[in-house]
Amino acid sequence: MELFINFTLLALLAVTALGVLHVTNLFAAVMLAGIYSFLSAGLFTVMDAVDVAFTEAAVGAGISTVLMLATLALVGSKVTTPEFRIESISVKGRSRRPLLPIVVVVFTGGILAYGTLDMPGYGDPDNPVHQHVAPHYLEESGHEIGIPNVVTSVLASYRGYDTMGETTVVFTAAVGVMILLSALRRRDSYGEEAWGDEVIDDMDVGFKDAFGETMDPGLAGPEREGPEGGGG
Amino acid sequence: MSDQVILRVAVKIIVPMILLYALYVQFHGDFGPGGGFQAGVIFAAGIILYGLVFGLRRAQKVFPTWVARLMAASGVLLYAGVGIASLLLGGRYLDYSVLAHDPHHGQHYGILLVELGVMITVCGVMITIFYFFAARGRETL
Amino acid sequence: MRILGLYNYWIFIFLMMVGFYILISRRNLVKKILGLNIFQTSVFIFYISLGKITGGTAPILVEGESEVVYSNPLPHVLILTAIVVGVSTTAVALSLVVRIKEAYGTIEGAEINAMDNRMPPP
Repeated sequence: MELFINFTLLALLAVTALGVLHVTNLFAAVMLAGIYSFLSAGLFTVMDAVDVAFTEAAVGAGISTVLMLATLALVGSKVTTPEFRIESISVKGRSRRPLLPIVVVVFTGGILAYGTLDMPGYGDPDNPVHQHVAPHYLEESGHEIGIPNVVTSVLASYRGYDTMGETTVVFTAAVGVMILLSALRRRDSYGEEAWGDEVIDDMDVGFKDAFGETMDPGLAGPEREGPEGGGG
Repeated sequence: MSDQVILRVAVKIIVPMILLYALYVQFHGDFGPGGGFQAGVIFAAGIILYGLVFGLRRAQKVFPTWVARLMAASGVLLYAGVGIASLLLGGRYLDYSVLAHDPHHGQHYGILLVELGVMITVCGVMITIFYFFAARGRETL
Repeated sequence: MRILGLYNYWIFIFLMMVGFYILISRRNLVKKILGLNIFQTSVFIFYISLGKITGGTAPILVEGESEVVYSNPLPHVLILTAIVVGVSTTAVALSLVVRIKEAYGTIEGAEINAMDNRMPPP
């Protein structure tokens, strides 16, 4: 039974990935990527990784999809066709373009598949990965730390330093997004604030953002007219 | 979206349950699947759902931007602070055994505080990122 | 049984290569980020599959029994970290895409290249 579930989930994953490759509407592609995340969360559960499945479902299918949809709202969800040409400008290497990625991908896939012929069997308890450290964690965690969830005890105590680094990475991502997307203030033609509501204004980070522009409302450079001219 | 009656009523009922479930996942991460990351993301998802249905302005009244930013930083501070506290109490950095009267309880306290720090940071970061994406370039809400 | 294990690994390689192909051949920036996500998730699946033991169960200690076989918890911990780092990278990449759209008016790589080649050097 588990074999059948494994087989079906993997086949559906492959179909979904090909779907993301093929569709031109970005909204459909984002939805298919969300489906891909959910299917992989199911696959993680079948492979006994319940914590990972939980995190993948919450993060991959939840937050990631929301952020992509927010980006599409700002950017637009149509993809121009591959045959798009700008009138008087030719893009170099167009005739070679369809062939080289396929060659690279097939070559890399072939080498990786050749490498898997030497890999240990799937689910074999004598794999090298199950020696050394993992039995120590499983045996010692019960009486050294005393909590039933071994993944939490390894994450928070045995490998606590890595988790601190990871938390710092998450914080750095927030700082990066704050710098790149400091709130955009705009003025209408009378020079008054277009937004009068203070709860949005407090997103001014207060220093030069990553492209060297200050958020001084008095500046009205060409970048400021972009969104309102394009209309999203 | 607050002219859709079904969405409004359903979200009003569901959001408190989502927030409570996030706290459950956080504190039962020792006994079943769960922990700081999942709890932080689920809590943020509750607030994001509220913001999607009722508007960004109302979500920011409930959960202001400065609170989210503060949470993002203070979680990391709590985590590093547990390590410093271990140093001050005589052990190595992030050695939880010295935090209480015996190593077993010390490990429990250490893991509890550390997972709390992770949840606070992840929740603050996800809400901050959502607010900044949602408020970019909008003339009206 | 060996063929089954090989089938598993080959599907993971296929998924990785589909993600890789989307990343290098599609010129729309958001499509590239989606390809990167697919690549990352397939690597996670590959990694977790290394830790599975046939007949094992989730690595949550069952009270009192000593004959239970648990799956290896170490790949789970590493992939937990990797998932969260992956979403952080995706968030920063998407905010870069938003800024590129505002600066160039488009998110197609070919058009951005053409505009760069047309513009006089600063």
